Amino acid sequence: MERFHTVFFAAGLGCFALAFILCLIFPWMSLKKYHGMDYAGWDEITRAERITPEFHQLAERYPEAFAQSFGEVGPESYREALQLGRDLYVGQACWHCHSQFVRVVSNEEQRFGKPSNAQEYQNVLNQPHLWGTRRVGPDLTREGGKRPNDWHVAHFIQPKNVTPGSVMPSYHYWFEADGTPKKEGFAIISYIQWLGSDRVYRDTHPEEFDVD
Amino acid sequence: MSTATASPTLPAVTPGGDDGPLVEYRFIRWHLAAAGVSILITMVAGFLYSLQFLGYYPFSGSALSPGHIRLIHTNFAAYGFLVNGFTGMTYYVIPRLTGYRVWSKKLGYFIFFAWQAILLFAFLGYLFDKAQAIEWGETPTGFRPGTFELNWVPVDLLVAVGAVCVILQFMVPLYKARRQRYYVTLWYFTAGYIWLALTYLMGNIIPEWVLPGTAGAAVTGLFIHDLVGLYVTPMGWGLMYFFVPLILKKPIWSHSLSVIGFWALAFFYPMGGVHHFLISPIPDYVEFGAISTTIAIEVVVTTVVVNFFMTLKGKYSTLRTSIPIRWFYAGAIYYFITCLQCSFHTTWRFQKIIHFTDWVPGHAHMIMYGTFSFWLFGVIDWLWPRVTKREWASNSLRSWHFWLSTLGITIMFLTLTMSGLIHGFMQRELNPWMDIIDMSVPFWYVRTFAGGLMLSGLMCGLWNMWRTAHHDVPYVEEEHYASDALDPAPTGAA
Repeated sequence: MERFHTVFFAAGLGCFALAFILCLIFPWMSLKKYHGMDYAGWDEITRAERITPEFHQLAERYPEAFAQSFGEVGPESYREALQLGRDLYVGQACWHCHSQFVRVVSNEEQRFGKPSNAQEYQNVLNQPHLWGTRRVGPDLTREGGKRPNDWHVAHFIQPKNVTPGSVMPSYHYWFEADGTPKKEGFAIISYIQWLGSDRVYRDTHPEEFDVD
Repeated sequence: MSTATASPTLPAVTPGGDDGPLVEYRFIRWHLAAAGVSILITMVAGFLYSLQFLGYYPFSGSALSPGHIRLIHTNFAAYGFLVNGFTGMTYYVIPRLTGYRVWSKKLGYFIFFAWQAILLFAFLGYLFDKAQAIEWGETPTGFRPGTFELNWVPVDLLVAVGAVCVILQFMVPLYKARRQRYYVTLWYFTAGYIWLALTYLMGNIIPEWVLPGTAGAAVTGLFIHDLVGLYVTPMGWGLMYFFVPLILKKPIWSHSLSVIGFWALAFFYPMGGVHHFLISPIPDYVEFGAISTTIAIEVVVTTVVVNFFMTLKGKYSTLRTSIPIRWFYAGAIYYFITCLQCSFHTTWRFQKIIHFTDWVPGHAHMIMYGTFSFWLFGVIDWLWPRVTKREWASNSLRSWHFWLSTLGITIMFLTLTMSGLIHGFMQRELNPWMDIIDMSVPFWYVRTFAGGLMLSGLMCGLWNMWRTAHHDVPYVEEEHYASDALDPAPTGAA
């Protein structure tokens, strides 16, 4: 038996490697082949044309507080806000109760919007992805632009006031007593309003992308 | 292909002796105590988290916000309770089966303290928003996402170092025993520890630094799945193949089946990884591959469970007399139910309804608590008198622990499965979202009640462990376990 030890050892590692190739290398290769999958880094995501109107609106609505937290609207401040917003989204484990992918089944297209495709996750803010596995709250893939900033401010301060019966925790400590967002408040709203905007921008500016 | 070992000649064992020549009882005691503390943290966190859904969460708005508590709940179950528990038991099983001591006492101290440091820094990391966005691998990387700027203790790196140390600690006796034939437990343990290191590195590095988005999602699916399938399951079954024959004083029913079970697990299990993200942007053929291997696993599980229950044949009364056996077989029943459930709900037909609902946490609790925690509790029940050298302080508390846990997990599984199904259909029928939440609340009350039962059961168990370690009734080892007969390998079976 002992002379087979090496064979068995290699077989054990081989099983792991086989799964790795089938579950990872293969899908990556076919995604690359059929979808192109160009990667949007920070420079692309934060280009002036791609800054969401909601981010501009935050700066107009709270000029002093916004200037204090992020300065002027621009690629640098947008990047800082999105990064912090995503860090909070991950750190507070928002993604354990809100999913970020819309399926083609269960009438999800009618409830949430366009089903997800592989390309829209190919960017720096999905590294790693935040698909989630449980929906206590609704899916957030198409949340950007769906509701005004003021709704989000009120909702983050006390979800129950906006949606009676909501079980979402209150994040009032990201806001001043009068409702003006602190840096965290601006960041999380910027991030939520960004969700889905990559897809929208690609669909409305097809000439900029190599789309079949 | 026979792997059944003839009993290796074991060196004389001084049962319970701290300086016993073979087994380092101190490390077992420490790791089991750490596992006990971890499971208490896990379950208190889970209980508190469930209160958020009822509107009674006490620490909202502090560092102990509900999101953080959930991270503590899932990660302490895995890295606190299961890893500490399995490591403690490996200190007992591997020297007993190979006849060689673990590699180094100093390394043992290092592993213990390094692992508790990992838990501490992970705990603090969660409180300060440093979690990583990898499900079940939220242990902080210590780096800003996607970059190499340090912003916290690099816990992931420490885990990798710890895993390598654990491999060295336990693989050295295995290497020394390479001229012997390995009992199936050793197959499982060897594979489990090596796969753990590989899985952990793969899951924590690739989606964050190499492949973003959809391809990364395929890796995280594989990671969650491999952590259960290639570490927790092999360790759990390894323990069962060791302790069940030991306590029943008879060999396992079929050694061929146990080896088939091992290789089928190695081959099929990891390929099912993508089934965590079905009907997603991951290519369909990968999803179909994952679905078919997942269903194939059910066949394997059936052979393993049949083997397990046939071993009990003729010894059914042990279920009454031996509390560890009761834990093991209750766990095996839950195991079979979970795996059967898995082969159905991995299909698209079920997925479109049950994904994203309470069905999934019901399933997860059933396997992680109902099966693997039950098995660990059973092994702790058997080992604790032997490592503390004291008789159990209270037999009725041992029973209370078992029955409260069993009742609790059964109720929790049923309530979550039911609310999950209703949630799924309401979601499909486009009911307003808040209707779904209103529908779920009564089920969530039942869940909190069930969690309370499980938590009180655990309190009984831990209180009993504490009292046992601090009273004066010495434990007298049965003749059977003190001798060479300790080796559970069969005499006479194929």
